[in-house]
Amino acid sequence: MNELGFPIISLVTFFPIFGALVLMFIDKEAKDTLRGTAMVFAMIEFFISLPIIFAFQSGTADMQFVERYTWVKSAGLSYYIGLDGISLWIFMLTTFLTPICVLCSWTYIQKRVKEFMICLLLLETAMLGALVSLDLILFYIFWELMLIPMYFLIGVWGGDNRIYAAVKFFIYTAAGSVFMLLSIFFLYYLNHKMTGVYTFDLLELYKLNIPVATQFWLCLAFFVSFAIKVPMFPLHTWLPDAHVQAPTAGSVILAGVLLKMGTYGFMRFAIPLFPYASNQFTPVIATLAVVGIIYGALVALIQPDMKKLVAYSSVSHLGYVMLGIFAFNMQGVEGGLYQMLNHGVSTGALFLIVGMLYERRHTRMIKDFGGIAKVMPVFATFFMIMTLSSIAVPGTNGFVGEFMILVGAFRSLPMHAVFATSGAILGALYMLWMYQRVMFQPLDNEKNKVLKDLNVREIVTLLPLAILVFVMGFFPGYFINKMNASCEHFLKTYDQQVAMYKQQVEDSSQAKLAQVMSANQLKSTLSD
Amino acid sequence: MFDYIWLVPVFPAIGVLINGLLGRRIEAINKNLIHWIACGVIALSFIVTCTIFYQLLQLPAAERLHQVTCFTWIHSGVLKTYVAYQIDPLSMMMAMFVIGIGFLIHVYSIGYMDGDPGRYYRFFVYLNLFMFSMINLILANNYLLMFLGWEGVGLCSYLLIGFWFEEEANAVAGKKAFITNRVGDFAFLIGMFLLFTGLGEHGVWSLQFDKVFTHVHLLTSSQATAICLLFFIGCTAKSAQIPLYVWLPDAMAGPTPVSALIHAATMVTSGVYMITRSNILFSMSPLAMGVVATVGAMTALFAASIGLVQNDIKKVLAYSTVSQLGYMFLGLGVGAFAAGMFHVLTHAFFKALLFLGSGAVIHSMHHAYHKVHSHDDAQDMRNMGGLRSKTPITYWTFLIGTLAISGIPGFSGFFSKDEILWQAYSSPQGHWLLWLIGAVAAGMTAFYMFRLVFMTFFNDCRAGEAAEHIHESPATMTVPLCVLAFLAAVGGYLGVPHALGGSNLFEHFLEPIMGMGDGKLLQDAATAVAHGAHHVVHAAGETMHAAAGHVAETVHTAAHAAAGHAEVEAHHGGHQPLWLEYLLMVISVALACGGIFIAYMLYIVKREIPAALAEKYAFIHRLLLNKWYIDELYDVVIISPLRGFSYFLWKGIDVGVVDYIVNGVARIVGWGSTAVRYMQSGYVQSYAVSVVFGTVVLLAYYFLKAL
Repeated sequence: MNELGFPIISLVTFFPIFGALVLMFIDKEAKDTLRGTAMVFAMIEFFISLPIIFAFQSGTADMQFVERYTWVKSAGLSYYIGLDGISLWIFMLTTFLTPICVLCSWTYIQKRVKEFMICLLLLETAMLGALVSLDLILFYIFWELMLIPMYFLIGVWGGDNRIYAAVKFFIYTAAGSVFMLLSIFFLYYLNHKMTGVYTFDLLELYKLNIPVATQFWLCLAFFVSFAIKVPMFPLHTWLPDAHVQAPTAGSVILAGVLLKMGTYGFMRFAIPLFPYASNQFTPVIATLAVVGIIYGALVALIQPDMKKLVAYSSVSHLGYVMLGIFAFNMQGVEGGLYQMLNHGVSTGALFLIVGMLYERRHTRMIKDFGGIAKVMPVFATFFMIMTLSSIAVPGTNGFVGEFMILVGAFRSLPMHAVFATSGAILGALYMLWMYQRVMFQPLDNEKNKVLKDLNVREIVTLLPLAILVFVMGFFPGYFINKMNASCEHFLKTYDQQVAMYKQQVEDSSQAKLAQVMSANQLKSTLSD
Repeated sequence: MFDYIWLVPVFPAIGVLINGLLGRRIEAINKNLIHWIACGVIALSFIVTCTIFYQLLQLPAAERLHQVTCFTWIHSGVLKTYVAYQIDPLSMMMAMFVIGIGFLIHVYSIGYMDGDPGRYYRFFVYLNLFMFSMINLILANNYLLMFLGWEGVGLCSYLLIGFWFEEEANAVAGKKAFITNRVGDFAFLIGMFLLFTGLGEHGVWSLQFDKVFTHVHLLTSSQATAICLLFFIGCTAKSAQIPLYVWLPDAMAGPTPVSALIHAATMVTSGVYMITRSNILFSMSPLAMGVVATVGAMTALFAASIGLVQNDIKKVLAYSTVSQLGYMFLGLGVGAFAAGMFHVLTHAFFKALLFLGSGAVIHSMHHAYHKVHSHDDAQDMRNMGGLRSKTPITYWTFLIGTLAISGIPGFSGFFSKDEILWQAYSSPQGHWLLWLIGAVAAGMTAFYMFRLVFMTFFNDCRAGEAAEHIHESPATMTVPLCVLAFLAAVGGYLGVPHALGGSNLFEHFLEPIMGMGDGKLLQDAATAVAHGAHHVVHAAGETMHAAAGHVAETVHTAAHAAAGHAEVEAHHGGHQPLWLEYLLMVISVALACGGIFIAYMLYIVKREIPAALAEKYAFIHRLLLNKWYIDELYDVVIISPLRGFSYFLWKGIDVGVVDYIVNGVARIVGWGSTAVRYMQSGYVQSYAVSVVFGTVVLLAYYFLKAL
């Protein structure tokens, strides 16, 4: 059945639901029990997901740990899941971040702890499910399922303006998804028309030869849906609101995993399904990505709210990911994938850090702080490490991803790469300026003088991320090796398909030309 | 022993880990342990370096290259980079003096940072981290690892400038340093991409020095020029040249040992190191070389002009550093790579000495002020004076450093500076104007340095009641001063030029890494010719013309290389008359002496003149005092517009346009729904009306259709 001999992915994917069920039976006033139980489940979840890394075969681009059961036979629906080098690490990142989210909510969340933890665990299942689905409808179900717990996380446990943010988040993303659903069905019928088979099997649909004009519209629908999720400029405005209003754990999940669903979607669905249209869209997407990089950085620069600043920095960072993917070479694509993980680690940690300050001072305004490094030296160290990771200083994970992306981009889109590189200057500018105003300068606010440094729980929350920053910065090989085969395959099929479609387009235009010519000939002979 | 080169960067890294993770505990137990660990790891590094250096010397010059690969760093498709180190004369020479001086400054810091509880360990962590980065920068065998060091030292510089972060000015200065360096790093990165893809077109996907340099002839000359210029922009940031020098004077906000180590002796010279390392690349682009020389000369003069009037003792030294770095680039730009590197070495000795000396002065002043609870500026030379008798060791060592930087014959600065000036005049890329600028700047240097000495150590003390509390610094500070003074005095004898009867050991030592020196380029050219011939055979008959062009090009390369070789030969043989070299030497020394004499007249004999001069030429004085208002200019031209534009993007575009549309759509949907809502009112009458109306419409439709 698969490499481990039992349905490991299903187990990992649905285990959190089991946790949520158990939580339902716990008294909602027993807050510490609830937290503890959630933590235990999140940790078990992480540990049972670990064997996947070790059992994962890095030499092959095939789907691994595949499970496949027919679901609705007549409709061609199946429960079809598996992992490859593209999804592996985001999958692991999800199981890794969830315990951290539980930990960081320990004291932050005081009301409705039970429901909060249940939401968190359900969200985990939805995310994992979306990452492993190889059936379009199955994917779509998980994809939409992610919205609901997230909607509640923002709408119930969020800040003052939480309803606006939650609704905006929901409608923005749902609106995009509708196009994708239409597109999925269209694809389904198209496939039937051409092959006589009804199926939502992604790998089967990859093989479909879609007429160029149709491909364009289908691709656009997928792109819009994923671009909103990423978010790409100019579809990003839900993000700052969602982040600012969301509780810390929500922001961490949002930045760490949910946004990656967009970029992952491009790599798993949009591009392989519609290679020719993707190829034609490349200049547009790459330009939007670069605009996003610079725009996000500039807007981040003048944000008065720390969390909003980090949110806009996400727009900038995800721009790098998109640029890398649309460079369509090894460095770009692997760099993009790597940067997804980096962003999950560093931005996730930055949201934790902002949350820790917020919990102490109930404000996130930069101007309310200053000189914090003096009273919170341990915190200052973590904050600095994450800042460095975010601005891609060599030796941290951020640099590896950014460098690979830029090298890749420079090979295929040199001018884009040059502009994108200038984003690194702006990145340093807004991060260090924030750090300076929050952590350095005179400690003159009385309320700040009594702040306590991190406690053990908070250190435990941040430490794994800090370690990852350096491990991923110095030894990226371990991670990238496992992506290699899949990325190579991704690029190879992309190149082949694009070449094939190009040939088709050429042939058809030649045929048209020939038609016109022969018609002319006919006319001329007739007139003669 | 060569294979253990990785120990050199690893020792400081261990220091960082131990003190970084446990520093607070260790400091609480025993403060001394902190500096024992921090200095100990550097000492271990130094021992390893010395051993390797010694072994390198045992080898014949042609075999002095050894590479050690530790592990693969980033590998993705054709991009494959390693953490790998290179042992050759250039890297080992740099490593020797960087780690050596680094060690001395670590020791010095024990005394200097003594009174800073709670941060003592952090200071040493940063220093160790700096050493780690700097060692990587120097020993790297590829551009990417060099870049790790390159940004790493920038980071440490940032952390150390803002070390006393409670002062807003310090925090701002640190950030300014980092951002300015980022601008340079941006160019460096683009240069690296261009190099990588440029060579990649020919199947050489590498950033490793030896591979790059043996294939550098594959680049077109415009590619080479672009790469060199981009690299040089990187250098203008790191090594504080026009137009990106602005961060260095502000960087003096950091503790003085930091100024000595990072902002004088080591980090700021890494630009010079990088260009010397890439000399084969730069030799391909006369344009880039010209830019380097011109910018270097301009910076030397420009910074010296600002140094003339500064009153802060460290600011004077900062501008003198900028100016001296300008000299180094002047040397590089005219093709005198060895001379440039030689000045790096001597400058490291005397400038570290001067900074540590100024640190000792500030330390003494600070303690004296502390005793009398005064808050006067311990760095302002107008508060000093007469320290000669109170701090004799500092005075004598400082004087040696000053003589060295002023280029007084016999001291180290003389040999290196003179070599650069001579090359600026005599080398094929040189020009008499470059020489003149350099010589005038030398005179100004002598003036402002002696102005500093006279204001600080001579006349009466102006510190008021604090004066009697001023006394010599502890031994941990004075011993490094003495060692450096010795080096500053005699370091120059490593490279006594031929004209003075020396054999220029230094230049010979570096020859293996110089493209023109050991005929490496000739060799490459030969390969290129063979390559070209190969092409000819293949292309014969088809594209005779193109092939001929190719041959012509390769022959040209060969000729160029041969010419380069000949130049070196000619230089050694001396095709410029010897008397000219002596004459220029005499002139520059005379200018230096003139500078000293004027300083003596103005600050010892007729002390009222400077004020009168300042008043008479108030405009120029103010211009110089305010550093030509360059900072203000940058603020108006870059910083403020950027901030304004960002604000516009946020409020104008993000909120004003994008979100307006998004919310607008929501609103329209809302209105639409409200309108539609009336249809579902629950009143049977209105439903009935709708039904009737609908029926009428339908009937009308069919009737009309039937007609």
